[in-house]
Amino acid sequence: MEYNLTELMACVASRELENKKSIFVGTGLPIIATMLAQQLHAPDLLIVFEAGGIGPKIPTIPISVGDSRTFYKAVIAASMDYAMGMAQAGLVDYGFLGAAQIDKYGNLNTTVIGDHDNPKVRLPGSGGANDVGSLCTRTIILMRHDKLRFVNKLDYLTTPGYLTGPGAREAAGLPAETGPYRVITQLGVMGFDEETKEMMLLRVHPGVTVEEVVENTSFKLIIPDDVGVTEPPTEEELRLLREEIDPSGIVIGK
Amino acid sequence: MKVLAEGKGELLAWMSPDEGRKWMRENKPRALMDKRTTMKEAVQRYINDGDYFAMGGFGHIRLSMEGIYEMIRQRRRNMIMAGKTSVHDVDILIGGGVVDRIECAYAHGHELRGLSPAGRRATESGRVKVVAELSNAAFQWRFKAASMGLPWFPARIMMGTDTFNYSSSKIVEDPYTGKPITLIPACYPDVAFIHVHRCDKYGNCQIDGTTIEDIELSRAAKRLIITTEKIIPHEDIIDHPDRTAIPHFVVDAVVESRYGSHPGNMPDLYYSDEEHMAEWLKLSRSDEGVQEYMDKYVFGVENQAEYIELIGGEEKMKYLWRLEHLQVPMEAPWRR
Repeated sequence: MEYNLTELMACVASRELENKKSIFVGTGLPIIATMLAQQLHAPDLLIVFEAGGIGPKIPTIPISVGDSRTFYKAVIAASMDYAMGMAQAGLVDYGFLGAAQIDKYGNLNTTVIGDHDNPKVRLPGSGGANDVGSLCTRTIILMRHDKLRFVNKLDYLTTPGYLTGPGAREAAGLPAETGPYRVITQLGVMGFDEETKEMMLLRVHPGVTVEEVVENTSFKLIIPDDVGVTEPPTEEELRLLREEIDPSGIVIGK
Repeated sequence: MKVLAEGKGELLAWMSPDEGRKWMRENKPRALMDKRTTMKEAVQRYINDGDYFAMGGFGHIRLSMEGIYEMIRQRRRNMIMAGKTSVHDVDILIGGGVVDRIECAYAHGHELRGLSPAGRRATESGRVKVVAELSNAAFQWRFKAASMGLPWFPARIMMGTDTFNYSSSKIVEDPYTGKPITLIPACYPDVAFIHVHRCDKYGNCQIDGTTIEDIELSRAAKRLIITTEKIIPHEDIIDHPDRTAIPHFVVDAVVESRYGSHPGNMPDLYYSDEEHMAEWLKLSRSDEGVQEYMDKYVFGVENQAEYIELIGGEEKMKYLWRLEHLQVPMEAPWRR
């Protein structure tokens, strides 16, 4: 069955989510992936929105992480203090993030391209990203993969990955046993080496070569001997995405 | 306590706890007073050029848009916006020439709709300055510190990042754990709007759905203007005191503002008007377009009733009610 790259990324991201865990979700692709996981293998995934919607049954894609869809049939319509405090207290297992730039330690930039005080492109800023990257146990990053985005040095470090390497998060004072877990792009799935905390290729998507991934990455990506290949989207995944989750094609396109 | 690092962002709207207590002691009304007024008067009386301004809700959710339009009509200038997930609110204020500085957790974006042409153009050209950065959690904990009369609030965020470096926070060695911890300074905005579902004439407010950071903000703001979809009898408030999100003694003014969050979402009453958002996002690609929008929707109307008529009247609001209640399919005209 034919599929586009957004659909593929949504399916791959949804498969990373475990049932009976909690996840901090942003709007767009993360929502689609989370809704898909909930409808397939993770019916008891607890969704947490930063504005205070916790445990909703999302009926249709929210425009905002604070709009009324984010607490539709939720277990509690709380506050940001509640949601962020909950993450800081250790109750949020996963967090989804996007970024304009990423480095080999999974540090992210969503603030500015160019100089901060004289920006070439001004982006929204941290929003809740720094909090998600600081406080959730495992963060999953969804973004486009090319040399301008996978960089040696970020223009601005908005959200912490492993900072400068092993032990750096703990030394900075961030909660123990937290950090980036997966990076999912249109080319493949990356993880982080346990020893060096540097980004490592885990799987390429169908039809993508390891060379292609390397060519689109400015820093040196760790390439293990046993790079896997992603399973393509199933018919059931695509049907749910197109008919149930995003029938207007707002995120996945038409 | 040993200071390990200091952010270089401008420390804005901070007061020492004793200054904060003095302000609250001398200015906040303990007695039940009828605070109803018009939007025109509320803006005239409580909002000044140069003020540090915060909007309740969430950038395009539960906004006092009528209040923003009035600020533009009264030509407020040089204001600092609390970019605490500011979306359509800050974009329109920048377009209207009201805001020239932002303390930024989130601005220049429209969430799922993409980036904001007006906000980006203003900051990239230097017309608007981002004077400090921080995260969303940090912003609401700034308000929380103020609401509790504390100089700062501790949190395990922003450490190791430029978000901290450009903030007004400090990192110290926590005397209990010996580990670094971030101290986020209190924030007392000069003035805030919060839009609510209903309140009595004294300003006792009920909010349906998430309160986002409005309980904290309502207690931190030096001056607080409540805008409300509906004014209800005091008896209806005190029959259900567990429903009160904001009590009268932190409120300075009450303005009835039906459909006041349009084109933003008002949970349970109307969803965001995506057709209108698409019109703004298209027009705001140029300064001329921004002017055209302002001439039509802000300067071209006298009051909220005329504005609602202009955007499609009761028929449009009925459609947005049905959209809110999932009775019509969602559309995204800004994708075209």
